[in-house]
Amino acid sequence: MEKLQEFVSMGGYGAYIWGAYGLCAIVMILLVFTTVRRLRANERTLATLKDLRRGGGGEAERGGQPAEGQKDAP
Amino acid sequence: MHRFANPNRFLRLSAAVLPWTAGLSAALMVVGLYLALVGSPPDFRQSETVRIMYIHVPSAWLAMFGYASMAVASAVGFIWKHPLADLTCKAIAPIGAAFTALCLATGSIWGEPTWGTWWVWDARLTSVLILLFLYIGYLALVSAFDDPARGLKAGAILTMVGAVNLPVIKFSVDWWNTLHQPASVSRIGVPAVDPSMLWPLLVMTGAFWAFFIALVLLNTRAEILERKIQVLRAAQAYGASA
Repeated sequence: MEKLQEFVSMGGYGAYIWGAYGLCAIVMILLVFTTVRRLRANERTLATLKDLRRGGGGEAERGGQPAEGQKDAP
Repeated sequence: MHRFANPNRFLRLSAAVLPWTAGLSAALMVVGLYLALVGSPPDFRQSETVRIMYIHVPSAWLAMFGYASMAVASAVGFIWKHPLADLTCKAIAPIGAAFTALCLATGSIWGEPTWGTWWVWDARLTSVLILLFLYIGYLALVSAFDDPARGLKAGAILTMVGAVNLPVIKFSVDWWNTLHQPASVSRIGVPAVDPSMLWPLLVMTGAFWAFFIALVLLNTRAEILERKIQVLRAAQAYGASA
């Protein structure tokens, strides 16, 4: 228990050290969170758009033949 | 579809590499944190505050490496017009900016107990602050254009011009009389850091690098998908109006 207290207090500099490490952890976790969320959102949007193009909704049919080069983006 | 050939290969490759870099980062982080907080001795002059070094220095290296890789990607994109280069550059920017901010913040927190001040306008600190502004300026510039391609091109030019700041940061501690200490690891000859502190620093640096690479891969994937979405939307709008 005493050992733990000693560890946490860091020779009286606990606030600085844990503050710095805590800030670092928060920023890194936020980075992962926002990046993964953005990737997932883009994956969903792309899937929806591709579904539309395949003519699932009928709406995409109206466009006739799409430009040859853009038919498939696997 | 030749244009997409390389981005698609990137999507496949990055999917294979990602779990490894993420796992490596996590493993190194566990070992590094143990060494940094428990396994390493307090400094004889700075006592425990030296432990901030183990996150401050890796952040600083990433801040500079991130910008350097953006500059290289910009040059590649500018000269060879490789679409993946510009997207990679854009993917790195927010991550590099975050580590630059972390470098400044942890340095500030370290400075208070050791120097007696949170901030001084010395050459090292000021040039790193300019680096942060370069990152933020890039992000603002890239998103300021209606045409994403023009934004990326303007950003690439800013990045290449701003690269002159990198040697200024590196050598600021030698060129000017700074409160910030000179290099003690990346110098010619033997590092001036005891192995008991060098090891946790190196392990934490490895953890940060692996983290950075994993995140850049993820964000580049997101950028590629966003580009595909733009192309599809444009094609759709064209199809609807035709």
